[in-house]
Amino acid sequence: MFVQRGSSRSRVAIAGALSMGLVFGLSACGDSKDEEPGTGATSLAAIDCTPYKAFGDLTGKEVSIYTGIVTPEDTPHKESYKPFEQCTGVTVKYEGDKAFETQILVRAEANNAPDVAFVPQPGLLQRLVQTGKVKEAPAEVAANVDKFWGADWKEYGSVGGKFYAAPLGASVKSLVWFSPKEFKDSGYAEPKTLADLKALTDKMVADGKKPWCAGINSGEATGWPLTDWMEDFMLRLSGPETYDKWLKHEIPFNGPEATKALDAVGEYLKNDKYVNGGYGDVKSIASTTFQDGGLPILEGQCSLHRQASFYAANFPKTAKVGPDGDVFAFYLPGETADSAPVLGGGEFVAAFADRPEVKAFQTYLSSDTWANVKAKVSAGWVTANKGLDPANLQNPVDKLSAEILLNPKATFRFDASDLMPAAVGQNTFWKQTTAWLTGQDTKTTLDKIEASWPK
Amino acid sequence: MTTEAPLTTAPVGGAVKKVTTPAAAAKKKLSSPWASLAAIVIAVLWTVPTFGLLVTSFRPEADIKKTGWWTFFSNPLVTFENYEAVFGAEEGVNLADYFLNSLIITIPSVIIPLFLASLAAYAFAWMNFPGKNLLFIVIFALQIVPLQVTLIPLLTFFVDAGLAGTFWTVWLAHSTFALPLAIYLLHNFIKEVPSSLIEAARIDGAGHVSIFFRVLLPLLTPALAAFGIFQFLWVWNDLLVALTFTGPQISPITVQLSNMTGTRGTAWYLLSAGAFVSMVVPVTVFLLLQRYFVRGLLAGSVKG
Repeated sequence: MFVQRGSSRSRVAIAGALSMGLVFGLSACGDSKDEEPGTGATSLAAIDCTPYKAFGDLTGKEVSIYTGIVTPEDTPHKESYKPFEQCTGVTVKYEGDKAFETQILVRAEANNAPDVAFVPQPGLLQRLVQTGKVKEAPAEVAANVDKFWGADWKEYGSVGGKFYAAPLGASVKSLVWFSPKEFKDSGYAEPKTLADLKALTDKMVADGKKPWCAGINSGEATGWPLTDWMEDFMLRLSGPETYDKWLKHEIPFNGPEATKALDAVGEYLKNDKYVNGGYGDVKSIASTTFQDGGLPILEGQCSLHRQASFYAANFPKTAKVGPDGDVFAFYLPGETADSAPVLGGGEFVAAFADRPEVKAFQTYLSSDTWANVKAKVSAGWVTANKGLDPANLQNPVDKLSAEILLNPKATFRFDASDLMPAAVGQNTFWKQTTAWLTGQDTKTTLDKIEASWPK
Repeated sequence: MTTEAPLTTAPVGGAVKKVTTPAAAAKKKLSSPWASLAAIVIAVLWTVPTFGLLVTSFRPEADIKKTGWWTFFSNPLVTFENYEAVFGAEEGVNLADYFLNSLIITIPSVIIPLFLASLAAYAFAWMNFPGKNLLFIVIFALQIVPLQVTLIPLLTFFVDAGLAGTFWTVWLAHSTFALPLAIYLLHNFIKEVPSSLIEAARIDGAGHVSIFFRVLLPLLTPALAAFGIFQFLWVWNDLLVALTFTGPQISPITVQLSNMTGTRGTAWYLLSAGAFVSMVVPVTVFLLLQRYFVRGLLAGSVKG
């Protein structure tokens, strides 16, 4: 009996497997060819090829890229390489992998490094340079970076005084998401100073709302949105010079400046009157994922959400992002109306090979040509390249970010947790601020992070 | 049926009852109503999350992001968009392309270690050569080496050997990691074969090769199938080894599944549909071979 039943079941299973296999096989055949003729090649205007002539005849050569940028942001990247490929005859092989940050170290150690890697953190760049496999940036790239980026950006791509990696994209973290419709209906204005922001928040509370919503849950990286909050306030309340000293540990992590910054964050995030719109009390911030953090804005359950420019991708496709849409962002103001500190992040182009085609490609990526080509094909992308014409950007949030980054008054600072030693920046800073949110006091929190700083 | 006859006639008198085999006693205990109830409860508890995943995979994006799958029953909105997305190039990843890669990776990664391990197990069980016991202990001890520590040296080796970026890297890596346990398991199984069988074959003039292929291999089937499933599930679900050794063209479905959620995890709602697609094959394999799996789990562990 048992054997009988088993065999009939296995017949069903075989039939199921075969039919599923057929379906997948057929769809694999059907889909793979459709997308091949690139739309970008035709829609993008040809670029000036002269800068790449100097690298000689590169026809038939290949450049491999390895990066943590995956779907859907990878498609515009691949599109933006096409003018270069047409100019030079080089084939660019793109490999996106979410596990990039660990795997790039493994590959570098094992001599299996790609030609080019997009490194999202200066701290990681330093560790890669320490493996001895990263090549210094060619002179053409250095010249482009001097021309198109501020000195602060060049510094982030340098290790030990040598310039290795040109900046690529950027993200602006000093943004507050809101609903333009709600602001219009209730007569709220975008705040111009930190005091304005506070007043606006109080006004919303008086209107019977819970103004702020937040989410810091992000798996093993839980807590990182809190570090951004604190860095933003550090930058605003104590100024960029103190911020730089703080992240280099020239002043203690638990000094009066840091205490002031974290307490300022606490006025918002540890205040049950202010948070957590759409989710519950203060503690619900820790259990809400950062992807979900700002979604209650769409439901009208929350009015303000501080998160980076890339958060735009989190809203469902049905929601319109823009100054006249369902959701948009304003610049998290400085302490005064004429200071414009900007917290952000970005990627850097590190090369593990110095073949001519790799150098040519690095030069292309560091040019204003690429920045504008990329702007035309992508949404949710921005760069601090001064050669970028903001009119080329597709998406209103990108335009806003570009305006903030390219504002002559702006003082850009890189996300401090990406620059601190990994034991702090990717560990205790996340964990202790999470503990702080769920009840630990400011002093204990900062003391514990200070104690974890590698001696 | 005839083999079961003695069991049904055995429990007649009190004296005979004591002779009841342990298997029959276990069967009686396990088929009591309470045991059945417990089994049903456990089965339901185990299945609920999978069921929730299935329901989720058919819900619209906004619903998945905002509410739990159980709200489906009060608000049943069904959509195939998630499945269209995981098979559409529009989202950047078409899982169908990587389905084949997973099969190409998994099948040799099961066959190579099974073949090598059964030969090695035979040698350890029925051949005499100097240093046999020491070698066996060394292989047995290799099981405790965590595979993580071997990743960078292995990758360096593959790069030096010019194998980087080919399927050989994953095939060899998975085979290497599987061999110690496979040899140990199959050795214990082969050792249990009555020596009279082997001796009879030898008297009939069979060498090692014909003993292995004609006498032992048919007897080994359940053990091979059991280890085969074990290895198949492990390789199919593996992410770490694939991440380290495969490149963009040859990566399996697990790697693409993790990339599918987007650079910052914004498309996580696609995971439920993606997970179901990648589950089809392992579930099929398990259903096909589950009888061997249970039988084989006991192989080498219980000695009479």
